[in-house]
This record gives sequence, structure tokens and C-alpha cells, in this order.
Amino acid sequence: MTNSIGEVENSQLMFVIGSNTTETHPVISYRMRRAKKKGATLIVADPRRIELAEYADVFLQLLPGTNEALLNGMLHVIIEEGLVDKEFIQERTEGFAAVAETVKKYTPEYVETITGVAADDLRQAARLYGEAESAAIFYTMGITQHTKGTNNVLAVANLAMATGNLGKPSSGVNPLRGQNNVQGACDMGGLPNVITGYQKVGDSATMEKFEKSWSTKLNPEPGLTVPEIFSAVLQGEIKALYIMGENPAISDADLVQVHAALDKVDFLVVQDLFLTETACRADVVFPAAAFAEKDGTFVNTERRVQRVRKAIDPPGEAKPDWLILNELAAELGLNWKYDQAEDIFNEITRLTPSYAGISYPRLDREGGLQWPCPSPDHPGTRYLHQGQFTKGKGSFVPVEYRPSAESVDEDYPLLLTTGRNLYNYHTGTMTRHCDCIAEYKTEELIQVNYADAQDLGIEDGDLVTVSSRRGTIEARVHVADIVPRGVIFMTFHFIEAAVNMLTGHALDPVSKTPELKVTAVRLAKKA
Amino acid sequence: MYEKHVLICAGTGCISSGAIEVQDALEAELKKHNMQNKVRIIMSGCHGFCEKGPLFIVFPEDIFYCEITAEDVPELVEEHLIKGNIVDRLLYLDPTTGQRVTSHEDILFYSKQNRLVLRNCGVIDPENIDEYILRGGYLGLKRALTMDPFDVVGEVKKSGLRGRGGAGFSTGMKWEFAFNSQNNKKYVVCNADEGDPGAFMDRSVLEGDPHAVLEGILIAGQAIGSDEAYVYVRAEYPLAIRRLRTAIEQAEEYGMIGENILNSGFNFKVNIKEGAGAFVCGEETALLASIEGERGMPRPRPPFPAVKGLWGKPTCINNVETLANVPLILRRGADWFSSVGTEGSKGTKIFALTGKVNNTGLCEVAMGITIREIVFDIGGGIREGKKYKAVQIGGPSGGCMPESHLDLPVDFDSLTAAGAMMGSGGMVVMDEETCMVDLARYFLAFTQNESCGKCTPCREGTKRMLETLERITQGKGQEGDIELLEKIATTVKDSSLCGLGQTAPNPVLTTVRYFKDEYEAHIFDRRCPAGQCKELLTYYIDEELCTGCRACKKVCPADAIEGEKKEPHVIIQEKCIACGACLDRCKFDAVKTK
Amino acid sequence: MISLTINGLNVEVEPGDTILQAAEKLGIRIPTFCYEPELSQVGACRMCVVEVEKARTLVASCCTPATEGMVVQTDTERVFEARRANLSLLLASHPLDCLTCEKTGSCKLQDYCYDYGISESDFKGERLEHALDDTNPFFVRDMNKCILCGLCVRKCDEINGAAAIEFMNRGFDSKVTTFFDDPLEESTCVFCGMCVDSCPVGALTPKESMRGGRSWQLSSVKTVCPYCGTGCGLELFVRDNQVVGVKGDKESPANNGHTCVKGHFGTGFLKHPDRLKNPLVRKNGELVESSWEDALRLVASKLKEFKPSEIAGLASARATNEENYLFQKLLRTLGTNHIDHCARL
Repeated sequence: MTNSIGEVENSQLMFVIGSNTTETHPVISYRMRRAKKKGATLIVADPRRIELAEYADVFLQLLPGTNEALLNGMLHVIIEEGLVDKEFIQERTEGFAAVAETVKKYTPEYVETITGVAADDLRQAARLYGEAESAAIFYTMGITQHTKGTNNVLAVANLAMATGNLGKPSSGVNPLRGQNNVQGACDMGGLPNVITGYQKVGDSATMEKFEKSWSTKLNPEPGLTVPEIFSAVLQGEIKALYIMGENPAISDADLVQVHAALDKVDFLVVQDLFLTETACRADVVFPAAAFAEKDGTFVNTERRVQRVRKAIDPPGEAKPDWLILNELAAELGLNWKYDQAEDIFNEITRLTPSYAGISYPRLDREGGLQWPCPSPDHPGTRYLHQGQFTKGKGSFVPVEYRPSAESVDEDYPLLLTTGRNLYNYHTGTMTRHCDCIAEYKTEELIQVNYADAQDLGIEDGDLVTVSSRRGTIEARVHVADIVPRGVIFMTFHFIEAAVNMLTGHALDPVSKTPELKVTAVRLAKKA
Repeated sequence: MYEKHVLICAGTGCISSGAIEVQDALEAELKKHNMQNKVRIIMSGCHGFCEKGPLFIVFPEDIFYCEITAEDVPELVEEHLIKGNIVDRLLYLDPTTGQRVTSHEDILFYSKQNRLVLRNCGVIDPENIDEYILRGGYLGLKRALTMDPFDVVGEVKKSGLRGRGGAGFSTGMKWEFAFNSQNNKKYVVCNADEGDPGAFMDRSVLEGDPHAVLEGILIAGQAIGSDEAYVYVRAEYPLAIRRLRTAIEQAEEYGMIGENILNSGFNFKVNIKEGAGAFVCGEETALLASIEGERGMPRPRPPFPAVKGLWGKPTCINNVETLANVPLILRRGADWFSSVGTEGSKGTKIFALTGKVNNTGLCEVAMGITIREIVFDIGGGIREGKKYKAVQIGGPSGGCMPESHLDLPVDFDSLTAAGAMMGSGGMVVMDEETCMVDLARYFLAFTQNESCGKCTPCREGTKRMLETLERITQGKGQEGDIELLEKIATTVKDSSLCGLGQTAPNPVLTTVRYFKDEYEAHIFDRRCPAGQCKELLTYYIDEELCTGCRACKKVCPADAIEGEKKEPHVIIQEKCIACGACLDRCKFDAVKTK
Repeated sequence: MISLTINGLNVEVEPGDTILQAAEKLGIRIPTFCYEPELSQVGACRMCVVEVEKARTLVASCCTPATEGMVVQTDTERVFEARRANLSLLLASHPLDCLTCEKTGSCKLQDYCYDYGISESDFKGERLEHALDDTNPFFVRDMNKCILCGLCVRKCDEINGAAAIEFMNRGFDSKVTTFFDDPLEESTCVFCGMCVDSCPVGALTPKESMRGGRSWQLSSVKTVCPYCGTGCGLELFVRDNQVVGVKGDKESPANNGHTCVKGHFGTGFLKHPDRLKNPLVRKNGELVESSWEDALRLVASKLKEFKPSEIAGLASARATNEENYLFQKLLRTLGTNHIDHCARL
């Protein structure tokens, strides 16, 4: 997030696109509703009539995979009606002219043919967004899990920059991140192309700094991303795989290929809390400690570094991941000296400018700090890009609408989109092992529109088969109007109905994110 | 041209006593005699003398007939309307002199009154705006519209008018707060959620003179800078609602409500909101919550409605009677208005006089009149010549005033000082046969039932007080109960959230204060001095009257009656549970109590 | 600034601040049941009443704004008696099963009865009997213990927005319940547990915490929720090396103490019997338990067999920063940059 969770409540306008916030980020949605009660305007864009749509001033029910057309259309109206922030564009950005040229053809009427959103609704949303003194955009995977996810994000940024909605409170571009420490895992260099704090692999000063600190020689070539790693395994290029606390055997797109890769890889190490579907396939499994059993830090979606504290001992001989890694390093002959999590954190802050001012004592005292926090006397950064963008000028990048990788046809007439529900989390490793939650939400329920259900002769609670061009699974249906006609929705929490058996491996060319939001499927009542 | 006018009271009281049947009978009779064009029938609003309804007044000679039934109509037409003879037997009978009275002006019930707010009630046809206008209606509004709003507020403030709904807060000051609250939207709310048991003055005004209320609302709107009003009226008042709707429609037609009223640029809209009849919704914050569609529960003040009221907007809330005073103040001036009443309480107050008096009904009196004048002159004294004991003033929130307070002037401050309150103007007269503990129990049962349940002292305290009073009246009182009652009552009064809770203990506190001996008799002597608490009576059989029929013996559930057939029976006091079954059964009035 | 006097002490507060806030500034303790700063103030419980000079009745300090020159007394006989009587009235409708009540030790009613010297109510009379609502797997609702402060109702409406519960009936018969008095799971309730956290008495009890221990037997640890990216601060309550309760951490700027169902009721996996307790090594196609030494040695020796470019690792969006840092450090030290994690899911 460019801005902070605490600012949500004081929003003047919230534009939520591709985020079912009430289920995926409930506590943030509480603040959205508070803001709404205090008089904020709410625009919601989503293929599903999600709960937030009920409170929205404008609800744009777009077809899956048409976000960038919708966003371009809004920018078109904003430019046409003179609602752009000329001063901001002039002083703080570059490349606006090209974007203005591109969105010229995205008239609301043209956009309606792509998105299915009525031209007047789009105009109204654009006016509200453009006229607001400050407006905040919130999105999650509804924007990114597309073959054009990067373009979607750029289109969001274009909209925010054109209206000067960056670098001030209760505004900005705010991806709500899905996992407790996905921000931290990225910050820490859990990515193929950057080390901590997004210092680039291959940059000579960076390499030199880390080589010196780590007393080792480093590879200057960026590595592969998750989908590429599985492909490389299948092509025999990668032979050993070490997985710490992930369950790709359910979570990743196109499971047929993932399972093949996990089965093929020569040596698989998995470190986890339970014998997950991935761990079952491992050669060695390390028992790991859970969050309550160790010390450390997590970073939340607003870049806030917070302390995780040990409350209880791990079961049996399970150990915190850091300790396992530390012991493995010793076994590998590396001379690491970490007695406690804090020692590691101190090394991180030494090597990471945006974390330089953070320390455990400060976190204990101040209850979390938002990076960048470059020095011990820096209070942390509530919102980014104040006065100036991190990299100087903000770049407008023109984005054209392009169809999703998959489209419906006679054989696969429905669009499947995936996500989460309130009660479960990811592959259910944790939630499905909580008795109360497991008892309350026992199985996947596919959301199917009344009209589609009627056409297919399906009733609420019926067992159905769902097939895509890659596989078939079974689950019960929940007939409801949350999904529009022609669209069905499933979560990926249940191995019994592993939706990623259906999803495809088409990726966004830049971010390598799989297109989990658009899969063509067929539904049939189970005989 | 009509020769005679017959005014039949069509207030809710008279209608339920048969006024419509009288109207039908009169129409039929006139038709029979082909007199439709000679006699005009006017169905008026309430005259206040509901006790004697239906009322039937013949003009121009102003002959006041009462308790008329449809059967009386042929005689009235034949004798009076055709022959011009007064039907003596249908005239009002003065209980003190035993004389028949022909004109209402000679009836003490009316002659001691000072009918300002009720000036039109029973006189005009409430469904005809012209009649209201003919009697000076909407002149107050017309004057207000030529004045600066601030001066209108000033005029009302100067008049000394105080709220007639309960607490008696200065109306002018309320308006001033609302006037001073800066907002582009303000509301006027008319509180017509009359809830005191037995009180019906607001209903009568709405039924009898709805335009007076509307005019008051319009003036309030102009004064505080509002453009919309809500009248919150109980759904149990269908006639009042109907007449109010008619009045609004007519006022709209005449350009008194709507856009650019009387070419002044003032716009105003009046809505009616029907309430479900919860007593607490008469409390202004609860009433606002109810209009907003929330549960009718009070909210803490401050913020006061004048600052933050309906939907958060500045709101001026006044009750019906208060607003009905306003047109007069604007029309005849603050000085004229403040010439009536006392130093601290200006104008008049309408009371609903009920209980053990000869004349019950609505009466409007100048502030400062004594309780004695109301009870003995207007009310015509105690029924059946019994002894006066007390009067409960202010409904369930008020207090009980004993004989020693008969000369207490009836005004806001005197009543409050004596432990009662003006309230909305309920006045229940009790005679020597009223048990004061039972009376306190009765009012507590009402407030306990009407407690909304939001705050602790009122929700729990009224319940425990009621339970204690029930125990005492059932003969299970204990030493310490009086102190316990006083303790809860003090806490409930001192720490409840709203006026309902803060005043609910008043009947208990005043009866304990003025009739402590009755409590003590119940608790320590197991005796009800008024002879009302069934469980505390001693039953015995009058040997003279007993025939020995055995009926009482058979019905006694405790086997407490002994005696041979055809011999006088005896009640064994040790066994008697005082259920009263024998008394009900005895055909010879031989079972007595003491 | 507004200047007022409380118990003879002068204090200055911001316009709009309440008497209660002013008293807090002076360190004067005022009892409350229905007060919660982030919710609307209803002034319902009347425990916080104080004496204000010239006021006709006692006033609720939680919702009465301080005004210039106000003279307040919080500890007079009159105030003490009113609070004591109100407590006694509440207690008259409340079961005295403190010996087995889960809330003992952290119950405000119990604490205040101690403060005001009440061992049993002065009043005896009717008590309503409410059936227990325990059909949902998350928590039990015992409305016999409810003191009708309404915190749960306001949390549910004003913070969560679910508005699953409301007051039903009036007066003495009042009860907090769902629409049509249905069980919670048939209402709009989303089991965020915030009502449970806000209940000042023992009316709402998480099933997982039952028999978990008295408040004084528990230690508490502040940490961060392991689920979504909001990063809610949680307070874990621990006894005998087990997490027996969870509450939202009010001091956390991420959530101000708010929770969702996962944060509040999602720690059961910690003690699940299927947790891995030993390293496992595949032998003859089966995963079998192993010692740490053997497992670590095996992994180390295996990793050395591959070329750096043949090794890849998936870090974890659920592990700590420190662990992710070490993970990438280890792999990069081995010479591979094939490090990624599920940031895109």
C-alpha cells in the first residue's frame, strides 16, 4: 500500500476494484464501512456482486478480465471532463500525453461493449473519482491474477497519477496483500531478481556489499520465478527443490503440471507444520514451528514491520524455520552465528537501507514501524511518494485492452474465477486444522447464478462436475446471485475440490502471475 | 338560511358514547320533518366534558343538552326544534345545587375555565379551514412572516411560554438554541405521542383544532429556519390523524403549507409519522430515534436535539399543546399572553380531570389556580359525598398531593417543589377508598411496563420497586421495605438516563412522603386502611344476615368456614387466606370485610 | 482548551472531551460497563455517574462533555450510593456462579462488586431464564449473565457492520439476540469474536477457552496474526504451553483490537495432533521419522551433489522476515538465484 490502513477510515472516496475486502481483508473492510458511515463515497468494481457492492454508491459489475478497459474508460472521462490534476501531472510525472492519446478511443460506450458496464455508470464513477479531493484505490488479486495483471496495475497507477492521488493521506494505490508476511518475504529478497529491500541482483554495488557481508561469491544472474521453476523441473534443468512453508500442490495454477514437477524433481525438501499435499511428495520433511512458537517480524500490507513473539514451545522436536536453516548452514560448513532471531534482524537492517532505522527495541516500544525507515530517529513512512516519487518522476505507461488467454466456447461456456472465503485461508493447512472453523465450513461450495443453474437443471446443494481444458473436479453448488450469469466462483481452500486442477498456466509476461481469475469451464450435474 | 344550528360533539369520547348515532338519528328526524334546510348540523371537536357526552347544543339560544342518545332525538326535534320548548330532563343537572342548567356558561365546569388553547374546540368544524380562519386563524403566521425570524423567537421567549409536555422548559429558549445552530437543514418536530394514562388533551386539540397546531408548527419553522416538520402521533389516534391530514391538505390548498407561503419566500413541508404507542417515545430523543426508524430508546443529552437532532440535524421539538399556544402569542402579542398565569408559569394549562370527581373531562385553567378550585369547582367535588384524599398530578411521572396541599397553586415550580410535576396534565382524584400503596403500585406497574430497558436503574429498579410494592399490598411486606423503596427510588430518580426513569419513582416517593402511615399499616398491621388490598382484609360473617345456605362453605378453598346447615356460619381467621371467594358467592350480603 | 475541576483538582481538556476523559487525565478511576471509546456513547449502564454542580440529577460522565468551569465530584456519598445501588440491581438479575464462571478474575461486575462491597444483591425477585445458545462451534452465549450494556450490539453494528444482534423486547424483558431470536449461525454473524472481547461479564465465552484457566493463571503474549496481510495485532493467552485464548490487540495500529473469525478463532491448528513433531526422511518410498542430525546431514550432502543452477527454493509468505532472509541467503550462498515464493497467489 502506498498509504496506511489507519487512513482508510478518513477516506473521502474509496475505489475498490478486484477485491472482496469483507472476506479477504475483513478488518480493513470494517474501516471501509466506517468511512462510508462517516460520509465517504464508495465505488466498487467486481465481476461478483460482493458484499461491499451493497454499500457502494456506484457498483460496476464488469466481466472477468476487462479491468484495464474499465480503468482506461474512467481516465477517458476524467480527461474529457477536465478533472485531471494538471499541476501534479506537470510537476511530478512524465508520459501523460501518450496515455491521453491511448485512452481517447475508450469512450464509455466502447468500454461498455468490452466490460458490460453501462456507459452512464462508468461516467458517474469516473466523475466521482475525478472530483474527489482525495481518492484511494484498493485492489487485490482481481487486478493482478491475469495475463495482463501488470497492465492492470499500470492502468490503476495512470488513473491515480492523472488525478494527483498519490503522496497524500487517504489516497494512493493500495494493493491489499493476501498473506501475513508476503510483504516481508518480498522485502527480504524471497524473489529471483532482488535481494533485501529490492536491491537488484546483478547490480555491482549491491553484489559487492552482500558478497562482503556474507563472505561468499554471488551469482549475478537473476533466477527463475515459481511457474518457471516448475517448468524447468519438468525440462530437467532444476533437480533439487527446497520448499519452506508453501503448499504449491494445491495453491498453484495448473496443478497437473505442478504435481508432475513435484513428482519428477530428484530431491525435494519441505519444511512445514503439517504433512501437506506438497510435503507428502518430499524426500525430507522438516517439522517447523508455527507463528506462536517463535520470535521474529512480519510486515503487513501497509509496510509495517511488527514483532512476532514466542508464546509457547513448538510440539515435539519441531523448530523455528530460522533455526533449521541455521543448523543446515552449519551442516553445509557455513560459519553463521545466529543465537536468536534478533541477530538476524540486525544483519538485515545493516544491509537494507529502507530498514536501517528499525530495531527490536524500537518495535517493542513503538508497536511497529512502516518502512522506509532509514534511521533510528525516523518515525517511519505513513504514506509513500510525498513530494516526490521514490524514483524521481512518476511514469505514465499506455495500456491497451487485450483479451484474456482463455475465452469461453461451446464446450466450455462458463468463466471460472477463483479466490478465498472468509473462514478459510489458502490451502487450509492452518484453518482446516482448527476444529471450530473446520466444523463450520466443511466443504467447497461453487457459486452459480440462478439462471445458469436453471439452464443446467442444477439446484442448490447438488453435486456437480466442473471441467476445464485441463481437468475435472467435483463439488457442491451454492446457487446465488452474487455471481452474474455466465460466471462461476470457487475457492482454492479444499483439496477435495482442488480448483487449480482446472486453472491454466498462462502467465503475465512481466510478473509471471498466473491467470487464476479467468478459466473457461463446463458444469454438469453429477449423475 | 338556517334557523338553528345543532352542534354535536364529535370528539373521540363522545363518538364512543354514541355521537354518530345521534347524528344519524337527527338527520333522519330532520328529513322526516323536512327541516334539512332549516337546521344545520355541525360535528365539532371535543368540548372537554366527556363525562356527560354525547353533547348536543342548540344555537342560537345556546341550550346545552348532555348524555343524549339516539332515542332522545325525536323528542328534541319535536319539542325543541319544532315547538321551541326546552327539554328539561336532558339538561345538565348541577350535582351541588340539584338544579337543571340550560347554558354551558352557567356550569361551573366551564365557568372556572380559561379556554385559550381550547378556544376553537367544540366551536368550529375542525375539517373546515375556513372556520378556523374566520376565528382569526393563520393571522399569527401572517404576522410572523412579516417579522425577522430572530424577533419571532424573541416574541415567544418574551411570552414566557414553557413546554406543556412534561419538564416545562422555556419554549423560546429551545427555539433560540435551534435558531443559533448553523445548518442547511433543520427540523421542527411536533410531539403528539401523548402517553400518560387518562390524558387526552393533545388528542382533543388535534381533533378539535388541528390548524392551530399546524400554525404553531409553521411559525416555529419560520423562526428557527427550518423547512420541514414531522408530527409524531400515536397510531391509536386515528381520528386525530385523519383530521390532521385533512388540515394539512387544506392548508396546502390555501398556500399555508408548501412553496413560497403567503408570498413570503418561506417554504415548508409537514409530514405525519405514526408511532406505535410506546410511552418512552414521548421522550424527545427516543421519539427522534423512532422517526429515524431505530428502536424508540432515549439517547444521552447533550447533544440536545436543538443542536443535533433528527438525522443529526438541529431539531426543535415541542408538544401539541405548546405549539397550539404559539399562534395566539404571535397574533395577540407576548404581553397579552404573559398577562395570564403566574410569575414563572405563563398562560394556561389543560388538565385531564379523572377519578372520583363528579365532573370528569378536559379543562383548561389559568396557571396558578389551586388544586381545590379544580377539584371542587370544576370537578364538582368528590362523588357520592365521600372524602377527598389526594390527587395524582402529572400522570405516572407525577406525584400525589394530599389534602394539606389543596391550596397549592398549580404551576410548574410549585408542583415540582411539592414532589409532583406538571407533566402533560393528568389529574386523577382519589377519595378515602383509594389505597395509596396500591396507587403507587398501579403507576409503577405502568412505568415498569413502559421502561425501554436501556439503562440499568430504570430497567432493574422499576422492576424491583414494583415487586416490593406488590409484596406490601399482598400482605407480605417486611420491616425495611419502605427504606428499600426509598433507596431504589432515589437511585432511579438520580441516575436514570431519561425523564421516564428520573420521574418514575415520583408516585412512590410522594405516597411514602405523605401517606407513610398507610404503608406502615400494610406492613406492620397487615391492614389496608382503605379496604382495597384484598389479601389484607379480614372477612367475617354477619350472623344476622347469614341464612346458613352453605354456599360460602362450599366455595372456600381453604376450608375456613364452619357452621351447621341453616345456622349462621363462621370464618376461622387462622385458616382464611383472604381470597374473597365467599364474599363473591354470598347472595345475602352476609360476608363482610374490615 | 476547557478548564474544569474534578474533586477539587483543576484539569484542562479539548473541547468535546467528556468528563470521563478529563477524569482519566487526572488518574481518577471511574467504573464503566457500556463505555468504549471507539463506539457511540449510549450512557446506558449508569455506573459512571458523577455529581456536577448545579445539575438536577447525577450525570453519566462517559457521554457528558466537559464544559468551562464545570465542578465535578466523583467520590461523594451520593455517587457511591447510586453506583452501589445500580450494581446491586444488576446483581439481582445475575447468577452468582463465580466459582465456575469462566470470567472470574476478569469480570467487571465482580471487580466492581468488590470495590463497592457487595457480596449479594439487596434485592430479591424474579429472574429471567434464558436458554443457552451454544449451537455454533465458536462461542457460547449465556444471556442469563448479560447485563445489557450493549457493547456487543454496537461492536457488531458499528465496527463489523454485520449487525447480527440487537435488543429484543423491552424493559426488564430485554435481551440481546438475533433477528427472530434464531441461533447465531442462522444470522448475519460472521464470528469475528469482537463481541466476545467486549463483553464485560461472562455472557460470551469462546468454546476453546473453556476450562482454559483463570485470568490470573494465564500469561499473555502480544504477536501478529498468521493469516491475511492486514497484520492484526493479537494477544495470545497461554497456560501450560497452550494457547487458550485470543483477543485483538487494542494497541496495534493495524487493527485497533479488531479481529475476524480467523484471527480470533484460528489458533486451534497449533495443538492439532497431526502437527509434525519429528523430521521425516523417505526410505524405500515411505516417509519415516528421523533424527535431526541424520535429516540435516542428508539434506546438506544432497544439496552439494547438484550444480547451483539445478537448485531452486520457495521461500514463504507465512514465515518471518528473519527466516525468509536466511532462506535466500542460504540459497544465494549456494550459488543459485532461483528463489521465489507465492507472492502472486
